[in-house]
Amino acid sequence: MLRVRVIPCLDVAGGRVVKGTRFVDLVDEGDPPELAERYAAEGADELVFLDIDAAPDGRGTLLDVVRRTARRAFVPLTVGGGVRTVVEMRDVLRAGADKVSLNTAAVADPGLIRRCARRFGSQAVVVAIDARRRSGQGGADEGWEVVVKGGREATGLDALAWAERAVEAGAGELLVTSIDRDGTGAGFDTRLLRAIADRVRVPVIASGGAAGPDDFVAAVREGGASAVLAASIFHRRRHSIADVKAAMAAAGIPVRPVSGAGA
Amino acid sequence: MTRIAVVDYGAGNLVSIEQALVAAGADVVLARRPAALAEADGVVVPGVGAAGAAMARLRRRGLDDPIREWIAAGGPFLGICLGLQLLFEGSNEDGARTLGVLPGRTALLVGAPRLPHIGWNQVERVGAHPLFAGIAVDADFYFVHSYAAVPAPGAERMVLAHTTHGERFVSAVAQGSVAGVQFHPERSGRDGLRLLANFVGLVRSPGAAGSLDLPTTVAR
Repeated sequence: MLRVRVIPCLDVAGGRVVKGTRFVDLVDEGDPPELAERYAAEGADELVFLDIDAAPDGRGTLLDVVRRTARRAFVPLTVGGGVRTVVEMRDVLRAGADKVSLNTAAVADPGLIRRCARRFGSQAVVVAIDARRRSGQGGADEGWEVVVKGGREATGLDALAWAERAVEAGAGELLVTSIDRDGTGAGFDTRLLRAIADRVRVPVIASGGAAGPDDFVAAVREGGASAVLAASIFHRRRHSIADVKAAMAAAGIPVRPVSGAGA
Repeated sequence: MTRIAVVDYGAGNLVSIEQALVAAGADVVLARRPAALAEADGVVVPGVGAAGAAMARLRRRGLDDPIREWIAAGGPFLGICLGLQLLFEGSNEDGARTLGVLPGRTALLVGAPRLPHIGWNQVERVGAHPLFAGIAVDADFYFVHSYAAVPAPGAERMVLAHTTHGERFVSAVAQGSVAGVQFHPERSGRDGLRLLANFVGLVRSPGAAGSLDLPTTVAR
């Protein structure tokens, strides 16, 4: 039976893993390959590197980090952040990534999804959707809007319609982040996840808002997610991957045993 | 040192398989041209994506016939993911004719609840094989695909393992010196590295490779 994946996400800048609050007050948290290897040994089913480097030579630094990681952590690696062209995607895959996640650039040019999928296959193309809940004047729920540039810019696009369009264009997976919940520890937006998971056939990765193991269970049970991604709860060692998987297993969700991890 | 040629036909990430084979004790060369096969002890064809596009790339680089000849001559061979699918006669995905080394075709996982089938899933073995030495009979491996091989009727003896995603499909095969796995050992942690080390070991001692043809039933 297919296991539900638990995926730690690492923010990378200047060749280091950094942690901050919404891209500010960055604190150095270590060497990406070293942390990647540790997470793999602790049972991570996949890893995501989010490139938040704004430096002019940031891309070269990131590719070097990906290359060094591929030598040490033998689990799938997705790289997100700043990929705008097929050539940039090719460079990231050649460095040793398995997938690239497209976000702002795909919204600006949906044809990019199709071009990347045609060249590298849908399985290598993750479309990241950052969604913010719309609230109507009467406080009624009016769905979700796609936001870009780390949540700073609204697009007017309906998140559910965009999800369907992205899959039609060739996305092999959707990484769905609730910007309302991200960094708040208020739990995943399971209604958003469910609304998208019911509309597409590709796997949906839940992101944004995890505070504890129960949130992971809810993302799968209520949200219908195929995988769950989190950053700070793992980095700050509030919960281990084993804790999260134990809670999921106890709730009857199939997970890969942590004892089978490593290397 | 055992030299493994990883066939490079321009299909994305080869770093993972290269590094995993190095970690498994091999000396790895990337084979962009047929000449590289001649110097190899074993051949690996990796790959993801569509069969038709992959075959076109192999042909363009003049690698399709040399791979067939390598296999016909009894050279140790491991196909990974699309590399397994290419061993069969054709793909229902795009009607592509593939290498035709093994009888059967490649078909969409129609019973799957979600596609692509992405993530870790159990590889349930039905036959013993040195490729899986030291690995639990239902170990988890990492998959990324939407199509799977369907061996021709009567050719089921080649099947080493099944996996279930909505429907049961063939996740590992072996016949003679040829083996193929639908999952990605290079992305499957410790068990994946062990499988690759087993392959390197089979390449190193052809005596062991001779037993490839004789899967025996595992009691479960």
